[in-house]
Amino acid sequence: MAIEKHHTPMLDQLETGPWPSFISGIKRLRDQHPEERINSMTNDLLGQLEHSYETRKGYWKGGTVSVFGYGGGIIPRFSEVGTAFPKSKEFHTLRVQPPAGNHYSTKMLRQLADSWEKHGSGLVTFHGQTGNIMFIGADTPATQHFFDEINEYGWDLGGAGPCVRTAMSCVGAARCEMSCTNELKSHRALVNNFTDDVHRPALPYKFKFKVSGCPNDCQNAIERSDFAVLGTWRDDMKVDQDEIKKYVKTKGRQYIIDNVITRCPTNALSLNDDDSIEVNNRDCVRCMHCLNVMPKALHPGDDKGVTILIGGKRTLKIGDLMGTVLVPFKKLETEEDYESMVELAETIIDFWAENGLEHERCGEMIERIGLANFLDGIGVEADPNMLSHPRQSSYVRLDGWDDAAEQWFERQAEQQAAAG
Amino acid sequence: MAAKDMREPIESGCPDPWQYMHPAMRKNFGQWKYHEHPRPGVLRHVAYSGDEIWTVKAGTQRILDVFSLRKLCDIGDEFADGFVHFTLRSNIEYMVTDETRVQPLINALEEAGFVVGGTQNTVAMISHTQGWLHCDIPGTDASGVVKSMMDELIDEFKNANMPNRVHITTSCCQINCGGQGDIAINIQHTKPPKINHDLVANVCERPSVVARCPVAAIRPAMVNGKPSLEVDERKCICCGACYPPCPPMQINDAEHSKLAIWVGGNHSNARGKPTFQKLVAAGIPNNPPRWPEATAIVKRILKAYKEGARDWERVNEWIERIGWPRFFEEVELPFTKYHIDTWRGARASFNSSSYIRF
Repeated sequence: MAIEKHHTPMLDQLETGPWPSFISGIKRLRDQHPEERINSMTNDLLGQLEHSYETRKGYWKGGTVSVFGYGGGIIPRFSEVGTAFPKSKEFHTLRVQPPAGNHYSTKMLRQLADSWEKHGSGLVTFHGQTGNIMFIGADTPATQHFFDEINEYGWDLGGAGPCVRTAMSCVGAARCEMSCTNELKSHRALVNNFTDDVHRPALPYKFKFKVSGCPNDCQNAIERSDFAVLGTWRDDMKVDQDEIKKYVKTKGRQYIIDNVITRCPTNALSLNDDDSIEVNNRDCVRCMHCLNVMPKALHPGDDKGVTILIGGKRTLKIGDLMGTVLVPFKKLETEEDYESMVELAETIIDFWAENGLEHERCGEMIERIGLANFLDGIGVEADPNMLSHPRQSSYVRLDGWDDAAEQWFERQAEQQAAAG
Repeated sequence: MAAKDMREPIESGCPDPWQYMHPAMRKNFGQWKYHEHPRPGVLRHVAYSGDEIWTVKAGTQRILDVFSLRKLCDIGDEFADGFVHFTLRSNIEYMVTDETRVQPLINALEEAGFVVGGTQNTVAMISHTQGWLHCDIPGTDASGVVKSMMDELIDEFKNANMPNRVHITTSCCQINCGGQGDIAINIQHTKPPKINHDLVANVCERPSVVARCPVAAIRPAMVNGKPSLEVDERKCICCGACYPPCPPMQINDAEHSKLAIWVGGNHSNARGKPTFQKLVAAGIPNNPPRWPEATAIVKRILKAYKEGARDWERVNEWIERIGWPRFFEEVELPFTKYHIDTWRGARASFNSSSYIRF
C-alpha cells in the first residue's frame, strides 16, 4: 500500500547544495526501503520535522523507557503531535557504547545495520556528543528487541541520565606518533569498572570519562569530562637535529623563529647558529606546539604517563568549568597502575555521590566546597601543579599551617628516599 | 512483554576495539614515527617498522540512513580492507597501506556524494546536537543549521588553507551539548519562560525546578487555586534550565529564541591553555530552513581570520594578538553592554591595565 507522503517544502530546500543531506537520507528510507513500517515511520518523522520548521518549535517530550534489567541508556521520545504523525509518535534513541577509539569493521557495521532496520527506523549516527552510537527511532517494544539482539553479539547500552556516561578516547596509539599512553586500555579500564553505574542511574548527575593520548587533547577531555586522562611525558623531548636542519633549510630561519621558537609559551626553545635547536626541558610544559609543527623532528620522551584532571563541564548550572589538575603525572605501565587509577575514580565518584547535590556535577561540587576540602575528602595531598597560582585572598584561617608545612617536608623526604 | 521473554542483559560495557582495528594499526600500535599531510583529506603515517598507513577522511550527513551506511561499508570493503574509523566530529576515515589505492578510494567517496577533506587547516565538520529531529528541549534544528552552513563552507572543508584548524559547533539550546568551538552557533533565549499553570503541579517536581534555576528567580506559588511556580522576570536570565525538568515552563519561542555566535573556544593545550568561547553576536533570527543570517556572520568571521591570522594561530590566538576592539571592527559586528560578562568571576575579564591598541 502506497503511503500518503507529507508535503515538506521547507525540508526539501535542505536537499539542495553540495553537502550530503540528512533529509535525502530520511527520504530514501521513506521511498526506497522495502519495509512499509520504515516507510511510514520516516514519513511521519519528516512530517513532524516540517511542522517544527514551520512553527520553530520542537515537539518531543521525554518519559521513561528502559530495557529489562537496566534503568537508563535509552533516550525516550514521545511526540506531542502524535495524532497528526502517529507512525513516529514513539521515536526513542538507543545509546550504544562504541568500541574504544571508534574502530569498526564493515562486517560489524553491516550486522548492526541489519538489526537496526529489522527493529528501528534505519537512522543512526556515529556518534553523538557524549560518544555513543545513536540508534535513532524505535518504539517501546522495539527497543527491547533491538537491544536483545545486538547485546547477544557484543554490544551494550551507554549511559543516559544521572550516571556514569559512555567514555571517549582518541585514535591514539593506533595511528598517532604523539600518543603517550594506551588510550584504549584506560578508556575500557575506567568505564567498564562502572558498568553498574552506567546502566542504573543513581548518581547526583552525569559523570564523564574522556581519554586523550597527548596534550593536544583531541577528545576535548579537559573541557568536557569530569575525569580527564591526558597522555604526557616527564623526561626530555626527543630531538632529531638532522630533521630540524632539514626543516630550517626548507622553510627558512625566519619561519622557524616566528612559528616555532617564539611560539613556545615558556620560552624553552632557542635556535642555534648551526640550525639545530636547544630545548630547556625544565621549562617545557609539553604544550605540543613545536611537536605539531615538526612531527618528523620532535617526539615525546620515553618516560611516558598521564595527567589526570577533574571537574570539566559545560554551562549548566554555574557556567563553564575546565578540569583541574589532580594528578600531575602518573605512570600507566603495570596492571597495578591501571588499578590504582580506577581506584582513584571510585574514590572520587563515591565522595561526589555522598556530597554532591542533586543535579550537581563533580566540578560544581568542588567549586562549592573548595578544592582543599575535596582533596581532604578523597585523600589526595595538595600539589602546586593543581593551581595557576597560590591564593590571593588573606581571609583564611591559618592555624593548621605549621602541621601542614611539616607534612610537606616529610612527604618530600619520603619521595626522595623512594626515588633512591 | 511477557515475563518468559525477558532475558538478563550481558553487561559487557565498552567493546574491545582490537577486533575491529585495521591490521596495520594493530601491528604498529604505539610504534608510529611521524605523519605527513600529502593533500587535504589525506594523512600519511609512517611507523618505525617502515609500514605506512594512508588515511582518507570524508564528511557525511552525520545522521545516516542504513543505505548510506551500507554504501560507506561497500567503499570500505572495496578499497580499505573492510575497516573504518570514526572521528570525534562524525567523519569517517578509511585506512589503506598502499598509496595506489588512495585516489580510487577518493573517487569512490566523491562519486557517492561524500566529501573528502577535514584534515589539518580546514574548517572541520561542524559538530552538533539533535535539534528538532530528536531533542526534547531544542530551540532550533542543529542538523539543518549544519547542513546549510556546510553547503557554503564546503570549499573550506576540502581545501586546507586556513591559518590553523577551525572547529565550529552548533547547539540547539543554551545548555550547549554541542561544545566549545572556534566558532559556535547556539540558541539564546531572550524572554522568560511562558508558564502553563494548569500543568505544573501534575508534571513538575517543583523543588527540583526551583533548585535548577542559576539565579534563584523561580519560587513556588499558587495560581488559580493550584500549586504552580512563578518566575521573577527581572532576575530571569532566560537560560532555559527550568524547561527540561518542567516542560510547562516553555522557553522556546518562535520569534524570541534567537541565535548567538561565540568565538575562541580551543580545547588544545598547544601554545596556551585551553580556552572557552566568548560572545560576539546575538539577536540573529532563528530562520529555517537555511539560516542565512547566521551563515553570513560566520563567513565574515572566517574571512577576517583567514586574512588576518598568522600561521598556526587559532581564532582565539588571532584575537588575543589583535585585540577585541579590532576584532569587532574587522568583522563589522557591534560591541554592546551585553558583551560585558555579568557572571561570577566577571571581574577577571575586565582590563585592569593600560594595554590598549590604538
